Amino acid sequence: MTDNIDARGLSCPQPVLLVLSKMKSLGSGVIDVIVDNQVGRENVSRAARSQGWVVENENQEGDDIRLTLRR
Amino acid sequence: MQQQKNFFATQTGIIAVGALIGVLAPLLQKLGNPGNMGICVACFDRDITGAVGMHRADLVQYLRPEILGFVLGSFTAALFSREFRSRGGSAPLARFVLGMTAMIGALVFLGCPWRTLLRLAGGDGNALFGVAGLVVGVWVGTLFFKQGYTLGRSGKEKTGTGLLMPLLILGLLLLRFIYPPVEGQAQSGVLFYSQKGPGAAYAPLAIALGIGLLVGFLAQRSRFCTMGALRDLILFKQVHLFSGFMALLLVAWITNLALGQFHPGFVKQPVAHTESFWNFAGMLVAGLSFALAGGCPGRQLFMSGEGDADAAVFVLGMITGAAFAHNFGLASSPAGIGPHGMAAVVVSLAFCLVIAFSNIRYGDARG
Repeated sequence: MTDNIDARGLSCPQPVLLVLSKMKSLGSGVIDVIVDNQVGRENVSRAARSQGWVVENENQEGDDIRLTLRR
Repeated sequence: MQQQKNFFATQTGIIAVGALIGVLAPLLQKLGNPGNMGICVACFDRDITGAVGMHRADLVQYLRPEILGFVLGSFTAALFSREFRSRGGSAPLARFVLGMTAMIGALVFLGCPWRTLLRLAGGDGNALFGVAGLVVGVWVGTLFFKQGYTLGRSGKEKTGTGLLMPLLILGLLLLRFIYPPVEGQAQSGVLFYSQKGPGAAYAPLAIALGIGLLVGFLAQRSRFCTMGALRDLILFKQVHLFSGFMALLLVAWITNLALGQFHPGFVKQPVAHTESFWNFAGMLVAGLSFALAGGCPGRQLFMSGEGDADAAVFVLGMITGAAFAHNFGLASSPAGIGPHGMAAVVVSLAFCLVIAFSNIRYGDARG
């Protein structure tokens, strides 16, 4: 099952806080994160890698970017 | 579509940008900017506030080209990288007030986080209390974030809204060309120019503007943020932005040594006072304000150039805070804190706490 996080419109550090909190509660699995700017994409990817998660996919969807994180 | 790699957002990139600022800021001092103030976003915003006559403290009035360059450089970078996005609507009034409290706190200490580092790099021991205040202020901010503090989501705005700040800045730059400083005159057209003091100390226009544009461009690409550096270290134990922060400090120190600008001590430091507790407390209020608003004053300028209307509102709050700081005697001077500096710190802290506590959304940090 995939968990979703909608981080659109949120400023730093909130997207990363949401992602880290989800990672902590899941331990492992798949998380889909939607952000609406490149800074969010970079910050979420960096946070994921630091926790041993892999950024499996990054897709531009209109103005949004969907990141698929897996561990 | 796979995303393109942004070199400046890598660890090497952020270190390079911090190091470059560490060279350019002391160089600007050598070329005429005030001591340990090669670049100070708070002081320079305050000087601009004076230049347009919103305060009449005649020692600190100059339309600083570096600040104008920051916004226009970031705007250019955002267009170039197709990152310009008009957005806003996330608690603008709270951000405006945080801009005011940030500026008032910074002017009690006499510097933004950039200048805090530049003061340290120049040997000013008083800045140690400023750094401590900044760290504690940001740390308090992180406690609120952990409790679910959020100013809510921003939304898309019409393109024209995001263009307002770059246009406003372009207008100020035009005024600088229409009304250049005139030798011996305190006013040129609508602009005020200090005849002595820090406002009368400035690097040549072309160099100051050029460096401002370059730093604005690179800071937009790298997301350089001094508050974020401390926040991410405290909140996530992440050293990415902090490495840029340290690069600025170390390289500025080395550059100062090379240029003969390193003078260690506490007394008679340029544009600084020795009231340690208030240096600490002023920067604590500023640090908390930056944390709650999501960026140091430099970062807010860069974001305003990318079309972020909320960041632009924060900047306008800083300008308003600077006007109050000088009109009401809240700002410090080398003689010490202002007549109402203590009250300013207490009231500003109270406003920060009202904003912080009233924006905690339990169970849903998503706004």
